[in-house]
Amino acid sequence: MAGKINAIAHPRLSLNILSTADVHKIHTATLDVIESVGVRFPSRKALDILEAHGATVDRNTLVARIPGRVIEEALKKAPPIYTLAARDPSQDLPLDGQHVFLGTDGCCIEVIDAFTGEKRRTTKQDSADCARIADALEEVGFWWSMVSAQDQPPESRSLHELEAAWRNTTKHLQTESIVTEPEMQAAIEMAAALTGGKDELRKRPILSIMQCTTSPLGHDGGSLEAGLLAAEVGLPVGYMTMASCAFSGPVTLAGNLVVGNAEVISALALMQLAHPGAPVYYAAAQTAMDLRTGGYTGGGPEDFLFGAATNVLADFYNVPLSMGAFATGAKEPDWQAAVDNAFSSFMASLTGSDMLLGCGLLHGSRILSYEMMVMDCEIYSIVRKTLEGIVINADTLALDVIRSVGPGGNFLKHKHTRQHMRELWQPRLMDRRPYGQWEEKRDGARDWARARAQDILKNHQPDPLDPKLGAELLRIIASVEG
Amino acid sequence: MSADLFESMKQSVIDGDEERSAELAQQALAQGIDPLVAINAGFVLGINHVGEQFGVGEMFLPDLMLAAEAMKAAVAVLEPEMKRRGTQREVLGRVVLGTVKGDIHEIGKNLVAMMLSASGFEVHDLGVDVPFQKFAEKAREVKADIVGVSALLTTTMTGQKTVIEVLDDMGLRPQVKVIVGGAPVTRSWAQEIGADGYSEDAMGAVALAKKLVGK
Ligand code: B1M
Repeated sequence: MAGKINAIAHPRLSLNILSTADVHKIHTATLDVIESVGVRFPSRKALDILEAHGATVDRNTLVARIPGRVIEEALKKAPPIYTLAARDPSQDLPLDGQHVFLGTDGCCIEVIDAFTGEKRRTTKQDSADCARIADALEEVGFWWSMVSAQDQPPESRSLHELEAAWRNTTKHLQTESIVTEPEMQAAIEMAAALTGGKDELRKRPILSIMQCTTSPLGHDGGSLEAGLLAAEVGLPVGYMTMASCAFSGPVTLAGNLVVGNAEVISALALMQLAHPGAPVYYAAAQTAMDLRTGGYTGGGPEDFLFGAATNVLADFYNVPLSMGAFATGAKEPDWQAAVDNAFSSFMASLTGSDMLLGCGLLHGSRILSYEMMVMDCEIYSIVRKTLEGIVINADTLALDVIRSVGPGGNFLKHKHTRQHMRELWQPRLMDRRPYGQWEEKRDGARDWARARAQDILKNHQPDPLDPKLGAELLRIIASVEG
Repeated sequence: MSADLFESMKQSVIDGDEERSAELAQQALAQGIDPLVAINAGFVLGINHVGEQFGVGEMFLPDLMLAAEAMKAAVAVLEPEMKRRGTQREVLGRVVLGTVKGDIHEIGKNLVAMMLSASGFEVHDLGVDVPFQKFAEKAREVKADIVGVSALLTTTMTGQKTVIEVLDDMGLRPQVKVIVGGAPVTRSWAQEIGADGYSEDAMGAVALAKKLVGK
């Protein structure tokens, strides 16, 4: 059984990254772009909806120019607060602006085996394994479809990933790998089977959906139509921009924010036009292209700034945010990985991203490393502690205690110390041993992280799924494969 | 005077200034300079310089892009005269390139296309989400030496194999080399599906293409 989720709750630190005037400038520029340049919606369904609501639609280029007020009015219908339900209700995640929840990173294609250390292609068993680890790690709030089940047929792969996860964790699931209507239909049926019907699913969405935009200023037809289906039944849907400075967006950060913002809010507005009041969220993982390789960097100061700034935009539109953090470009769980993931998670949490994606992958979200997953959780726990800030009151100022110890004494055997000492952050992986002990063993964070992952895989028992329900999930999947 | 003109041509490419390069090409025509000479003694030297500087990390991808654009603009001006004289620029080979059906990732494919054409290949870029058949049809139409198939998704990389099969079915396989790439693609995958080569990045794709056409 999974324990309590260690959320970041009521953070006391904040960061001033964009002024109100800045946000207005970005918003105005964004509406200008959506209205005068337009956004590409390669889906007849989407274009019909937009046209019916006053957009000018070009059926050849598939570009819709949407009046700014249509976007603004539509976004007002989006609920600002809702809950991501979990199969185990004690693990529900309130997206109420007061919490930050860590998810796993997603859709990787290779895994470093937890036991052999060998790098190999991912399979459905890896989906199951990483879900079990996510179930056990208290830092992880929800499981984002973490690996691609490459041993399963392409048309139902995304569903196998979900089934494997539902068998191995009671936490909330989010998926990024459903980009067709038939798969979405099946995923909805699977989720409804688990909640006991679609009405119940609407009340308790145990699954949420992430889709990507296609920068610059475009969407994918399948992603739009799958998203619309999900919104119809009340599964929370988010659209993530990956606009990349100098390639799929302007080189300047402000311009890149405008492009990404236009993509995301045009998609969210579409969801609201079709299904007013459907829970939606803003999602982003913007970056700066590597100027030498064209690579998607996954780290660096631009990413950290985007992480913080995007949250201000999501707040402005009054919808929750899922922010791409972690996801280092490093090839190994090393210095680069730690620097990237510490800064990105800190900056995105400091501004209160509701969902923080995601722990565990290397090489720009391509390789699953269980060592990294456990180490990312340690980074998150540092961020979490830091965001608690410093509480000032009579008890914490400890005047009486200072008085009683006086100059030259010590606080070790004071009751006040014992009362509060467990509030100090405790490392699991940081090496604070004496030098000699380290020298003797020469082990460290990576070894301990690997041992923890191995231990979980050997011993952690998630709450089992009712075998009847398990069979039902497989039946639904088979109907797609038929 | 033409030494100055050639120097300006080189510089216009380095600056990525396509208006200037086109204007200099016009001047060359007005002065009766052989277009091939203008290209080889002027504009190409600019491309080479940018390539070298890129290699040592002093210039960046946008520099390369803009240089290629400036070069293209100049060549477009010179082309009619080359045709009239019955001369042609040497191309290293013809490449048909695209991102495979079901896949819309284009950044990496575009980079490969850009680097190949900057290195002297004639590139026919089919875009993204390209039907398997279309690779083969285009290859036949332009008498391609190489077909390049990009795939970024584990669900679409099998399409690379299909493209090879279609080329085979159409009897094109003996004369056309196939290269593959993209995030999930590995050397062993390339071997498994019978591709002629694999590259991890755009620079490698150029080296590979040169090798395959024997240059
Ligand atoms: C012919 O010969 C050759 C030779 C060399 C060749 C070659 C051909 N082609 C490439 N190369 C090589 O040379 C290039 C230059 O050096 C290199 O090209 P690359 O393309 O690798 O490198 C580029 C220069 C920069 N890299 C990139 O542009 C890709 C970066 C990542 C982050 C990425 C991006 C940016 C995008 N994505 Co997508 N995306 C990811 C990528 C993760 C990653 N880190 O790779 C990946 C590939 N995407 C993924 C997914 C899941 C998806 N994406 C999708 C969409 C998108 C965006 C549209 C948002 C965007 C693409 C924007 C665009 N206009 O192209 C969706 C698919 C849509 C579709 N039908 O194709 C969607 C399904 C998400 C969704 N739910 O909508 C994952 C794939 C997982 C899998 N199982 O395969 C993914 C690994 C990220 C992740 N972990 O989630 C080499 O590979």
